Amino acid sequence: MLARAAESMFWLARYIERVDALSRLMEAAQLMAGLSDQSAEWRSALIAAGCEPGFLAKYGAVTPERAARFMGADPENPSSILNCLEKARINARAMRTALTRDMWDAVNGAWLEARRMGPADFRLEVLPVTLDWVRTVSTRFAGAYQTTMLRNEIYSFVKLGASIERADNTARILDVKYHVLLPSYSGVGGMLDYYQWTSILRAVSAVRAYQWVYRDEVKPWNVAELLILKPELPRSLRACYDDIVECLDTIAADHGGVRSECHRLAGGLAARLRFGRIADIFQSGLHEHLTELIDRTADLGDAIYAFYMK
Amino acid sequence: MRETFDEMNGAGGDLRAPYRAIEAWLKATPQTVLTAKRLEAERLFRRIGITFAVYTEGGDPERLIPFDIIPRVIDADEWAVLERGLTQRVRALNAFLADVYGKREIFAAEKVPLAMIEHNPAYQQLMQGFTPPGGIYTHIAGIDLVRTGPDEFYVLEDNCRTPSGVSYMLEDRSVMMRLFPDLFTQAGVEPVSRYPEFLLRTLQSVAPPNCQGGPTVVVLTPGQYNSAYYEHSFLADEMGVELVEGVDLVVKDKHVFTRTTRGLKKVDIIYRRIDDDYLDPQAFKPDSMLGVPGLIEAYKAGNVSLANAPGAGISDDKAVYCYVPEMVRFYLGEEPILKNVPTWDCSAESALAYVLDHLDELVVKETRGSGGYGMLVGPHASKKEREAFAKKLRAHPSAYIAQPTLALSTCPTFVESGVAPRHIDLRPFVLCGADKIRIVPGGLTRVALREGSLVVNSSQGGGTKDTWVLRAPNGQTQSQSQSQK
Repeated sequence: MLARAAESMFWLARYIERVDALSRLMEAAQLMAGLSDQSAEWRSALIAAGCEPGFLAKYGAVTPERAARFMGADPENPSSILNCLEKARINARAMRTALTRDMWDAVNGAWLEARRMGPADFRLEVLPVTLDWVRTVSTRFAGAYQTTMLRNEIYSFVKLGASIERADNTARILDVKYHVLLPSYSGVGGMLDYYQWTSILRAVSAVRAYQWVYRDEVKPWNVAELLILKPELPRSLRACYDDIVECLDTIAADHGGVRSECHRLAGGLAARLRFGRIADIFQSGLHEHLTELIDRTADLGDAIYAFYMK
Repeated sequence: MRETFDEMNGAGGDLRAPYRAIEAWLKATPQTVLTAKRLEAERLFRRIGITFAVYTEGGDPERLIPFDIIPRVIDADEWAVLERGLTQRVRALNAFLADVYGKREIFAAEKVPLAMIEHNPAYQQLMQGFTPPGGIYTHIAGIDLVRTGPDEFYVLEDNCRTPSGVSYMLEDRSVMMRLFPDLFTQAGVEPVSRYPEFLLRTLQSVAPPNCQGGPTVVVLTPGQYNSAYYEHSFLADEMGVELVEGVDLVVKDKHVFTRTTRGLKKVDIIYRRIDDDYLDPQAFKPDSMLGVPGLIEAYKAGNVSLANAPGAGISDDKAVYCYVPEMVRFYLGEEPILKNVPTWDCSAESALAYVLDHLDELVVKETRGSGGYGMLVGPHASKKEREAFAKKLRAHPSAYIAQPTLALSTCPTFVESGVAPRHIDLRPFVLCGADKIRIVPGGLTRVALREGSLVVNSSQGGGTKDTWVLRAPNGQTQSQSQSQK
């Protein structure tokens, strides 16, 4: 396949996955804002979405209204939901021949609606409705590519993009919520507000999953383990990296076994996640661990670009 | 001006046979249903993304070309004549191109003045003395026809460079079949769906001389901001070949390759939808970002084929047009089946005088214009507009041709006020391979949606219609024209 097609499909999937993550993050922030410090919840959402500097430069102080509008519809925020949908569609249109009709319908249909939307759709009163819609976009896209694409190289690059974006998002959310917002937290097992912990789970839509896996009250130890090491949770780093390795292996097999730096990087990280223990991770520092994962994931993206898309 | 011929009701108002099914359908269908179906059609076009991109005029950059839900119908006998005429004409055009870039016999015989090609920007010096693979120059030609009476079809212009619109022929049909499936079961309409397959076979037939194994075909597009981008991606998809941009191609040792995830992969045939001037910055405009450096060198080395060939535009110049009937006689020794519209070439003094005197009844066009820009429709222009145009005409007479204002046929069209006649034309697509000429029965029917307007171009508010060619009554399918070259 064309190198540019691989790049477009990879980024198409990333932008849709990003939109999905943003909607979950915003939903959690809105829910939690009612229970605790409003601006802190939204600030953590802004940080996790990587758009806090842009926000502060524009507004200075965080309010829920401003944060929701900025993350949803601000034209100056390159990672706003509407901007991400626009970029997803540009990538889709650039390589229309690589998309199935259903995938195109999902992306183009979303874009047709999105271009009629604006800040008014991200007012707090209507935010839940809008975010529900955003989620139907991402799930429809995921369903479309899973059920209609030929299992070929193009499929692998779509899935690869989605998996890398998801890994990155989970790592960021966990890191931000756990360490940036809880600086006073002094050690594992200390007493923390129950709602703060569920906030992390909510941001990755894993509250129910937690109960099914642990059948226990929400504990920081378990939350971190669930999001980092548990293969059952589709948004865990472990699950994402299993997918990443699978995609890269499939592509390599397809190319007669030719491998490169990106395979080495992905394999190394996947092994660490597979054989890692949560106690050791806490021992060496959760923040350090997550930061490294975020950095290595970015390196992996670069290595994939260098080998397949240049 | 004579009375207008209506495709459905003739000149006199009697229902013509090919339109029986349409007439019955229109009678039986309430207007509210038609309105609902029209909206449904619009929704489908938006959803599929069949848009025409205009990024320079403000407003919505991705516009829909209006689609009219009432088909235009051509019966089997009429089509048989058109098909023979189109085949003949495109063979002559290709022979002319081979002659221009070869021995120049038609000029020596003084059938066409050499001035027609000298200083013509569409002429490409680099093609002189070079024979493209298969000897074909215009592989995909769009011939614009208009009708003025039951048996009177005229060629309005030839498009031998990169004619567009075929995706509308195909999508109009598929939308029509989706909206009105029953209508097709009754009418007996020739399918158009084999076009992409015919196109692919045409392209494969002109593989370059140094090609080994099955040739690799790609479609080369200027990119997603080009007005016809949808068509480029549609055709690539339907043919099952890669859609590439200039940046995806690279030339090494006079061979062309695509950049793929597995490294470089050789390309043999390029269906290019980029104009000559932008194809290769080494050969044409040095600042072109769209093209592929070294492409022409690879082409001339016999390592890649380009469709259509560079320089093919010399045959569709509006002044050269006047001589196409002469080309048919000269190269084929046949009488032209399709007529030209009588045309005054304003570079001749006597013609200019006549045109200036009759501006109020003529259509005047720039010889190198297209898209309906820069033309004057005399009878519809104000006195002031005509005077302004006369000034331009006197200043650069050789840049213009003039034709009588034809009474273009009308076809019933669903407009705001209901079903009403609107003027139409027809662009069939002729595929010319090294093996044979292929034409799918049909083409793109364009319709001028404003009442009385004769300008059908999409850039000027024109719409499109599904075009039906009816099956011959004896049941024979003529799904492919198979005339040997």
